[in-house]
Amino acid sequence: MNFQIATLLGQDGLTNGAIYALLALSILLVFTVTRILLIPLGEFVTFGALTMAAMQMGKAPNIEWLLLGLALIDCALDLYQYLKHRAESKKLKVIALKLSYVAIMIGLLNQLPLSEIPMALQVVLTLCLIVPIGPIMYRLFFQPLAEAPALVLLIVSIALHVSMVGIGLLLFGPEGARTEPFSDSNFRLGSVMLKSQTLWVILVSIVLIVTLFIAFERTLYGKALRATAVNRMGARLQGISPIFAGKATFALAAFIGSASGILIAPITTLYYDSGFIISLKGFVGAIIGGLVSYPLAAFGAIAVGMIEAFSMFWASSYKEIIVFTLIIPFLIWRSMNSHNVEDEE
Amino acid sequence: MKSRYLIIIGLVVLAFAPQVLPTFQVALLNYIGLYALVVLGLVLLTGVGGMTSFGQAAFVGLGAYSTAYLTTTEQLPGWLAWSAGSPWIGLLIGLILTAAVALFLGALTLKLSGHYLPLGTIAWGISLYYLFGTMSSMGGHTGISGLPSLSLFGVVLDKGEKIYYLIWAILMFAVWVTSNLLNSREGRAIRALKGGQLMAESMGVNTFRSKMIIFLISALFAGISGWLYAHTQRFVNPTPFGLSMGIDYLFMALIGGVGSVWGALLGAGILTMLKQWLQDWLPLIMGGDGQYEAIVLGLLIVFMMHRSPGGIWPLLVKLAPASWRNQNHLKIAPSAKSLTRRDLPEKGQLILEACNVTRRFGGLVANNQMNLQLHAGEILALIGPNGAGKSTMFNQLSAVDTPSDGEVLFLDQSLKGKTSREVAHMGMSRTFQHVKLLTTMTVLENVALGTHMRGNKGIISSALHAERTEEQRLLKEAEYQLERVGLGDHLYTEAGSLSLGQQRILEIARALCADPCVLLLDEPAAGLRHKEKQALAELLKKLKKEGLAILLVEHDMDFVMNLADRIVVMEFGEKIAEGLPEEIQTNPAVLEAYLGGAE
Repeated sequence: MNFQIATLLGQDGLTNGAIYALLALSILLVFTVTRILLIPLGEFVTFGALTMAAMQMGKAPNIEWLLLGLALIDCALDLYQYLKHRAESKKLKVIALKLSYVAIMIGLLNQLPLSEIPMALQVVLTLCLIVPIGPIMYRLFFQPLAEAPALVLLIVSIALHVSMVGIGLLLFGPEGARTEPFSDSNFRLGSVMLKSQTLWVILVSIVLIVTLFIAFERTLYGKALRATAVNRMGARLQGISPIFAGKATFALAAFIGSASGILIAPITTLYYDSGFIISLKGFVGAIIGGLVSYPLAAFGAIAVGMIEAFSMFWASSYKEIIVFTLIIPFLIWRSMNSHNVEDEE
Repeated sequence: MKSRYLIIIGLVVLAFAPQVLPTFQVALLNYIGLYALVVLGLVLLTGVGGMTSFGQAAFVGLGAYSTAYLTTTEQLPGWLAWSAGSPWIGLLIGLILTAAVALFLGALTLKLSGHYLPLGTIAWGISLYYLFGTMSSMGGHTGISGLPSLSLFGVVLDKGEKIYYLIWAILMFAVWVTSNLLNSREGRAIRALKGGQLMAESMGVNTFRSKMIIFLISALFAGISGWLYAHTQRFVNPTPFGLSMGIDYLFMALIGGVGSVWGALLGAGILTMLKQWLQDWLPLIMGGDGQYEAIVLGLLIVFMMHRSPGGIWPLLVKLAPASWRNQNHLKIAPSAKSLTRRDLPEKGQLILEACNVTRRFGGLVANNQMNLQLHAGEILALIGPNGAGKSTMFNQLSAVDTPSDGEVLFLDQSLKGKTSREVAHMGMSRTFQHVKLLTTMTVLENVALGTHMRGNKGIISSALHAERTEEQRLLKEAEYQLERVGLGDHLYTEAGSLSLGQQRILEIARALCADPCVLLLDEPAAGLRHKEKQALAELLKKLKKEGLAILLVEHDMDFVMNLADRIVVMEFGEKIAEGLPEEIQTNPAVLEAYLGGAE
């Protein structure tokens, strides 16, 4: 291995690591606030990437039908509750808003010349399509289970993952896709060649992480979510709605997931079922962070990316094995530090 | 005993099924049997033990690949050459390998709490899967073909209809072994893993050992299933041992009902048939040839988790007429010999002593320089206002917690570094302030858990029910203690349906089953009615006469004053008074602590 190769591998590692870090952060966020391990996060990644790809090929992405279907079920439930409880008429307005949002999205997708509009607009459209799926998913599948044991939440999460992979196949087909890079230019730093997409990924990741940090430290809503993470019951008694907290974290997770997908789509070919392995690597990072510490998780995720890149060079067929056995030392460390016997639930 | 007839009818149907069904259906039944064997292990692990594993498919793979490698490789490495060609040696080596891997992974992951365990199983499940695919000696992703058929007593099991009998015989044996195991002393310890680990440890159960046992058993079931699979298919590749199959196994367990051995069969059957059916019909409805059954299956599981998280089996049991339900009470033979008891220390001998015990939590001093002594044949009461530090003191005495300074001596041995399990073996038994029962088990089974330390028959004799004499003696002891505390009419009631007072009494019976020389009771009279309190007081007096040392933490002054020989009063973590009940009643410091100062 010479310096040239090392820098290339390092770039790859850093790019992947940044994505894993983003995913690890949203896994932690969802877990601490709702106790749910969001296994389907990977599907948001693939949905984001494949939606972008469909747009660039000039097709209206089929995900609009998923959004429409979920929104209709959601609104039907809203309506049922409104009729049953005679709630305030605000609810009807919300239903109307939701439906018109979906209608506008579908209209835009079918009217705009998708492959010709600027890439930034494609990104915005993709995010607008996918992010609402997060909160609807929470509302339909997890909200009724808020008090359920951890095992039930985990199973539902896995089952949703299985379903969403199937839906991915239905919506995007079995072919893999790769999107155009954000910009074509490459940079040269001394003797090192920097790929522009790498810079994009790292830049956007840093911006996202810093924004999240500020949002959680400085804004009221961010603080509400943090309060829920620290003490669910206590936050509830302070008037923070657990439903709001759940929907908000799921929206954030859907956003981060699909954004990650958009970011890596120009680098790797993604298939409808590629998301799982990607999100699992985020999980490895989150486990390294002990499922509580954000900086440790981000650090762990970047380490995962680096190790993956370098093992690709030395032992490419053992890449996945190396990455997933990476958590064993951390599990040992955990089990040595865990208290003797704890009763769970 | 209607359920027994049902089982016999089921067996007869199974025996004739291959004669009448077409080959394809028999093949499906074979798959169901193979899956059910793995799911049975999951029922034990997840349903009974409360540990979730997504990695079972990897164990199936270990079993399958071991035998595939040994029976097909032309030139084995020298040290394995002796084992070439025989599937039975393949089975043996596969099981040894599976057990070794399970022991290693178990030691790594079973101590983890909460979500680490399922995530850990996902990680090693994936690693093993990729390992199968990358090792060139294992055929890589194309796999290994040309495995020999099994032959048994000269019959070659080369057709689905023939190996069918072996698969189902092994499965039935596994079901029998599993239900035997669950219905035994070791089984009670295993069933306590879900929600009762702290309690089980204080009854002398090694919970880590119990976890490891069911982890091993479930891995071995999976390994056997893999061996059978390899010789049924006569071909292996990595695909059926991946994570998605691991998820499917867990889904089967959840659909069928993760709490019952029959749920394993039901779940494996339903999921296999459903998948088959969906694969046939969905492409007709949706068009194309995608694997759309995943969408429906996933949503179905979500729906189940919302509506009936316990699975389908419990629903079926509810539907069945009451007389059909398992009235399979544990029978207690009146002829069973009673257990031998330990020699109690002589009356008046010092048994438990706290020497200058101090416990700090950060800046808070919960116990400060506490001293107390408990003698054989004595009832000592520890009282004090709320927040006085009684519970902390109780934890120090029962080795749940370790003092920051000072030490606790039990039978002249320091409790420093001892676990509550070791202390239980030394003869200390306790009850809990917040009752810790296994609510779905019967009163008798709950109390029988207390006898755990007095039996010594292990897993294998439990699984084969070769320990019935000892089991009878243990159950008889439990029955005796229950009658003694006045719960003799409730032997077969579900423990969760007792009143709170009765549950507290049950805990005392359970503690007595351990044949202790000292009994620590945490608020035993709370929630009891007047008559029940009187009966409890009578019982405690009788135990004292037998020579037991009893320490109780209590709030009920009437109860304490009429019962205790000596009383220790605590306030703000310190002892403010000690003496006879009459002295305590007139002690000015105590009056001030309870009623406030005169000023």
